[in-house]
Amino acid sequence: MKATLLKLTRSHLFWPCVTLVLLCLVNVHFNPGFFNIEIKDGHLYGSVIDILNRAAPLMLIAMGMTLVIATRGIDISVGATVAIAGAVAASLIGGSLVIKEGVQTYVSNTPMPLAFAAALFVALLCGLWNGLLVAGAGMQPIVATLILMVAGRGVAQLITEGQIVTVYYEPFFFIGNGFIFGIPVSLYIVAAVLGVLLLLTQRTALGLFIESVGINPVASRFSGISARALVFWVYAFCSVTAGIAALIITSNVKSADANNAGLLLELDAILAVALGGTSLAGGRFYLIGTLVGALIIQTLTYAIYSLGVPPEINMVVKAIVVFGVCIIQSPALRDLLLKHALRSGGPA
Amino acid sequence: MAAEPVLVMQDICKSFPGVTALKDAQLRLFPGEVHAVMGQNGAGKSTLIKVLTGVETPDSGEILLNGRAIQPESVDAAQKLGISTVFQEVNLCPNLSVAENIFIGRFPMRGLAIDWKTIEREAQAALAALNIHVDVTRTLSEFPVAIQQMVAIARALSTEAQVLILDEPTSSLDEDEVERLFDALRELKRKNIAILFVTHFLDQTYAISDRITVLRNGEFVGEYPASELSRLELINAMVGREIDEAGYAAQDGESTSPHAERPFVSVQGLGASGRIHPIDLDIYRGQVLGLGGLLGSGRTETARLLFGIDRAESGTIAIDGAPVRLNSPRKAVRQGIAFCPEDRKTEGIVADLSIRENIILALQARRGIFRYLPRRVQSAMADQFIKQLGIRTPDAEKPIGQLSGGNQQKALLARWLATEPKMLILDEPTRGIDIAAKLEIMDLVKAQCRKGLAILFISSEMSEVLRVSDRIAVLRDRRKVGEIDGKAADEQSVFRMIAGAEA
Repeated sequence: MKATLLKLTRSHLFWPCVTLVLLCLVNVHFNPGFFNIEIKDGHLYGSVIDILNRAAPLMLIAMGMTLVIATRGIDISVGATVAIAGAVAASLIGGSLVIKEGVQTYVSNTPMPLAFAAALFVALLCGLWNGLLVAGAGMQPIVATLILMVAGRGVAQLITEGQIVTVYYEPFFFIGNGFIFGIPVSLYIVAAVLGVLLLLTQRTALGLFIESVGINPVASRFSGISARALVFWVYAFCSVTAGIAALIITSNVKSADANNAGLLLELDAILAVALGGTSLAGGRFYLIGTLVGALIIQTLTYAIYSLGVPPEINMVVKAIVVFGVCIIQSPALRDLLLKHALRSGGPA
Repeated sequence: MAAEPVLVMQDICKSFPGVTALKDAQLRLFPGEVHAVMGQNGAGKSTLIKVLTGVETPDSGEILLNGRAIQPESVDAAQKLGISTVFQEVNLCPNLSVAENIFIGRFPMRGLAIDWKTIEREAQAALAALNIHVDVTRTLSEFPVAIQQMVAIARALSTEAQVLILDEPTSSLDEDEVERLFDALRELKRKNIAILFVTHFLDQTYAISDRITVLRNGEFVGEYPASELSRLELINAMVGREIDEAGYAAQDGESTSPHAERPFVSVQGLGASGRIHPIDLDIYRGQVLGLGGLLGSGRTETARLLFGIDRAESGTIAIDGAPVRLNSPRKAVRQGIAFCPEDRKTEGIVADLSIRENIILALQARRGIFRYLPRRVQSAMADQFIKQLGIRTPDAEKPIGQLSGGNQQKALLARWLATEPKMLILDEPTRGIDIAAKLEIMDLVKAQCRKGLAILFISSEMSEVLRVSDRIAVLRDRRKVGEIDGKAADEQSVFRMIAGAEA
């Protein structure tokens, strides 16, 4: 019994899951209908669905961030990339309602697939820039991505010409607000990206190479791994996840705000990775853990709002909870508590 | 000899848990003399300097400065007493100006403001004393390493030093730069400063030193005037063996003749300034080519050029007669070259990954990302090597960082053998490994060689090089000075070659 318990607690998913369950219990305590899911207008409806849907952009970016962090890097420009890609998508689609032969029709400025492709391509360019600075020029990741973090919102402003661009094109809202078989579209996107990543990291050598480079870049290079190319593409990929997230966010709020879209999202993404059990020092990484981490953050946000914490202090509450979660997940403290619990627990 | 020594270290003993680093070490420094301290790795040179500069406290013994006993407790304290040190790694601030670097931490003040005029004037003067004339307001990083080295010396001297300690000041300098440094040192000699010079380069020792102290295994071997000590005598004093051919010339007996007429790898004039002078090497299949030489003679540098880690500035490499460009380890691996680096921890193992993952890493890297070895194949391969090389571990999933040094080395060997290389470069494969594992690894190497593998073998233990090598290329001061038949050679003939005598 003790042995299985110990084994369970050693799993990297154990503590993130415990935290998530605890947060859900808090929510249930203050809001007994927390887990209620009903079917409205043919799709699922409820707090849990809402949390999942809202966490989707964060989950996407956090997955990209996981790979970056696994290579010993960090990308603090993802929020700015969201703003840029969102601005591109919104400006290209724009849209208006016209009456054609007596029927109301939505018309976009640019065909939607093209606008999506453009937004993702711009996001990719952002990633290539980061990758070039980190892997090519050998800059420290935090400094290299700081450049885009600062400059990115300016670029987004240029694209939107300093305005909040509102989208009037019904089909575009589907990504952020639509449902397929009753489940939010955004979750299919998360599942698809997760599927691709799991396939790439477990069925190809990508996972091994990323971990190897993150643990010992020199030894990896000496073994014949092209560490620089790997790092380069990991940054590119991370920005693409930010681009996808930007589409969901823009669709969700039906507009692109260069100043606020994806604001501080990079910090939430890093936090999600850390909560999920991946060390910020690089090496072993856990994608599923990251997803749980992202859900922890969103559930926490939800709890703060539903508890009616005054908005002016909700950041403080969030900080306190995050602090607590990080403390619980610290192996040093955990071992201490566990030892204590097992000793005082007597014959269990 | 007329003068009194300015500094005397007497019977210095220092032990660390489990190791005696210094035992009754002696040192005398005379004003206006350059004194070289020589010794192999682990001889106690750095501990001696650390004791002298207050980094370490000696267990017993005395340090006398101008006849008065001193006990420096820190580098700062030593400097105040007049003992200044320039450490191996230049520890200056590359983003500050030359003048700022010389005066950092003790800027002269004029009222509340820093007196920049005085700083610049005095910095200029301090460098001029070393025969260096540069614009001291320019950023340090704009200057070559040699000038930076001089700035470090100027900084050390700007505090009324009587004794200047230079720890391997020339290790990153090229020849012209070394000459400039020596000019500066001669200038200092005229100013009656006592200089302690630590280096691995024999030529430089003889070019600048007046007196040589030799240490071996923490013990004082002797102090000699440089003019009266021949190179061979110096090497013998350092390695601690007079001629004893009987013990070490013993070869395995079996002669491994080259399998092919044409060398597998043929290197012509391969060189890079500051690393190795243009070198020629031929490495044959089924043969071990040893690189003999003292520490710092360019052995590792040669290996790094061959494996594409550092860029060669001159020369060509031909594999099976066809010229190739090896500008990355990846390309070298593609050509069938494998490299077990000297520093296992930082350049070899990927500590948190399992033994299995470490073993398949190079093979997988060569196959690329998408041709992933199935887990089943990986495990089979790892288990096979664990058995074949006798890696002691409960299973292949244990992180490699938890293995002992010898087993890590075997796993690294397995990593390369899995790629079925044509040439294996072994840089200090037995360093930090117990004697039993050492012999096992040497046997493995020999066995691979008999199967037709070309091997480039580097070790600082000359006896080891002699035992396994078919031929030995002898290096001195980053230059190949000759090649000898491994069967016919003994340690003494190698040392004679290193010393520069005709063998």
